[in-house]
Amino acid sequence: MSHIISVLVENKAGVLAKISGLFSRRGFNIDSLAVGTTEDKTVSRITIAVQADQRGIEQVVKQLYKLINVLKIQELEPANIVERELVLIKVATDAKNRAEILEIVNIFRANIVDVAKKSLLIEITGTSSKVEALRELLDPYGILELTRTGKIACTRGSKRL
Amino acid sequence: MRKITGSQMIIKCLKQEGVEVIFGYPGGKVIPLYDTLFDSDIRHILVRHEQGASHAADAYARATGKVGVCVSTSGPGATNLVTGIANAHMDSVPMVAITGQVATAEIGTDAFQEADITGITAPITKHNYLVKDINNLPSVIKEAFYIASTGRPGPVVIDIPVDISTAMIDENAEGKIDLPGYKPTYKGNQKQIKQAAKKIFESKKPVIFSGGGVISSGASEILTHFAQKAKIPVITSMLGLGSFPEDHPLALNMAGMHGTRYANMAFTETDLIIAVGARFDDRVTGKVSGFAPHASVIHIDIDPAEIGKIVDVTVPVVGNAKDVLTDLSQRYFELDNRKSIQKKKPWVDYLMGLKEKYPLMYDKKSPNLKPSYIVEKLYELTGGDAIICTEVGQNQMWAAQFYTYTKPRTWISSGGLGTMGFGLPAAIGAKTGRPDKTVIDIAGDGSIQMVSQELATAVSNQIPVKIMLLNNGYLGMVRQWQELFFKKRYAQTCIRECVDFVKLVEAYGGVGIRVTDKKDVEGAIKKALEIDNVVMVDFWIEGEENVYPMVAPGAPISEMLEWEY
Repeated sequence: MSHIISVLVENKAGVLAKISGLFSRRGFNIDSLAVGTTEDKTVSRITIAVQADQRGIEQVVKQLYKLINVLKIQELEPANIVERELVLIKVATDAKNRAEILEIVNIFRANIVDVAKKSLLIEITGTSSKVEALRELLDPYGILELTRTGKIACTRGSKRL
Repeated sequence: MRKITGSQMIIKCLKQEGVEVIFGYPGGKVIPLYDTLFDSDIRHILVRHEQGASHAADAYARATGKVGVCVSTSGPGATNLVTGIANAHMDSVPMVAITGQVATAEIGTDAFQEADITGITAPITKHNYLVKDINNLPSVIKEAFYIASTGRPGPVVIDIPVDISTAMIDENAEGKIDLPGYKPTYKGNQKQIKQAAKKIFESKKPVIFSGGGVISSGASEILTHFAQKAKIPVITSMLGLGSFPEDHPLALNMAGMHGTRYANMAFTETDLIIAVGARFDDRVTGKVSGFAPHASVIHIDIDPAEIGKIVDVTVPVVGNAKDVLTDLSQRYFELDNRKSIQKKKPWVDYLMGLKEKYPLMYDKKSPNLKPSYIVEKLYELTGGDAIICTEVGQNQMWAAQFYTYTKPRTWISSGGLGTMGFGLPAAIGAKTGRPDKTVIDIAGDGSIQMVSQELATAVSNQIPVKIMLLNNGYLGMVRQWQELFFKKRYAQTCIRECVDFVKLVEAYGGVGIRVTDKKDVEGAIKKALEIDNVVMVDFWIEGEENVYPMVAPGAPISEMLEWEY
């Protein structure tokens, strides 16, 4: 089962390595990991999507708490969060199918950020399922490159982590 | 404002932390530190290999309860500490390891003797630091000692580049602890404790499972008092040996792979385990699905991550063993415990019967030199008052089984990591911390050869440890597995007749005694204890003696390979 965990950490050298090392050491696979500073520059927020059963996820959270630089952890309930990922997709095009692709891009409210003779670079922001749907539709044209930021997420409402 | 060097600041901070002894080995990147140490009154024990320094610091901590300190240079010096750091981590021992590092400008260039020791030790430390700014030095050292010694104790590495140790800093710079993410819980949740008391009250067949956490939190006395007053039998983990007096009628001794039959049966039949500072290691539980099938579990531990990790827990209590047991004991005795004791009596009687029926055994009538006999004699002749260190393997199990541990911090052995070569440097560390005590390393001929160079450390620093070498000419524990599970195919486990251990210890300036006959055991031990020098008694024990009882790997602990009664 997939879980999203949000981890607030002290923004210090080596912290990310300690966190990612902990996952591999304890035998958990990370689906995605996104990290950046928060409203407080001394604090970073790491959003991790991980596959684990309930016992596993409890163990991960407890082990993470043991890292001295970890400040706070929350397992995010899918129903109660806004989850986003930014993805760049480079698709092969030619004069014939460009319009077709543009239509798909418009429907998904994605953006074209670069146009070349033989390719289009598309930027899409959304949930994983939305991104996945676009990817499937673009696949037949030939995806040359795809890169994603990894999920970030925030709880709804005024409550803070 | 007077300025001092980074090295001077390190020593100043160490003194502030109450450090009296450092185990270490110099090298290029710690020459400035050693230059400062040269003028300091901190005692430095020069080991002969950095692994010895980390084990000695570890055992010093276990014997005294203080933080053990070891020092090495960068690169290979630091990587040589790694086994000892991992060992301390597995057994939750407070330790600070200071490693030299190449100059800050050289970090990442594959400089001479550079190793990424903070990267290497991240999984085996409680925390680690690379000091890149001299102004952080006092705080880092203060935090390191605080982290190592509080909460669930553990090792902390401080990696100090050589230019930091020569840079200048205000002599009055004070360190401060700023750890917003580190707040260990000591006091247990009162509601949980109340529930635990109720569970114990209701239980008909309870056992206490006492682990290393009881010793490190200083909870032995309260645990003993509680068990005795509530009349609840006590099983110990291997690291918990000494947390409850083994000569007490309620002691069921050690459980697990080589535990007593009655302890393993108690686990199998109990309806309530009260686990304190123990982590249900696989050597204790055997096959987890077959472990304690009828039991509810109260798990008291300072580390929340240990609770529910291996076994399902009915009443979790996060906190320090001493604080929680004090509260739990009070809560429990508020209940009508006379009735409760009455309810538990048949269970206690039953276990006492098992204890009588299935004692730890060996062939006492055999004329051959039996390791169990030697360990029993050691107990007798030291009055149970020595600190026993061990290597790892059969020697360790015989030492655990046949010596009677009655006080905390008298048993020092590598539990979680199972580190061969731990015992001799551990004995050196323990004797340094407790010079008033007789310190004995119960050794095997395989293990001790991993660290025999530390005989030089012991002799030259006048640390008169006694080594009782149970010499069977085999890597005995592996040989035992090969005998039982690999059709006696002794692949690479016979090491007979290579080393003359008496000559070896004599070469280092110690005293060697060889014993080949049962009747000479007592005299040899007495002599060893009397001589004020490093003594190794080379006991030529029966080669293929096995450790029993034994639970086969992967089997439930109720299924034991047995001594034939």
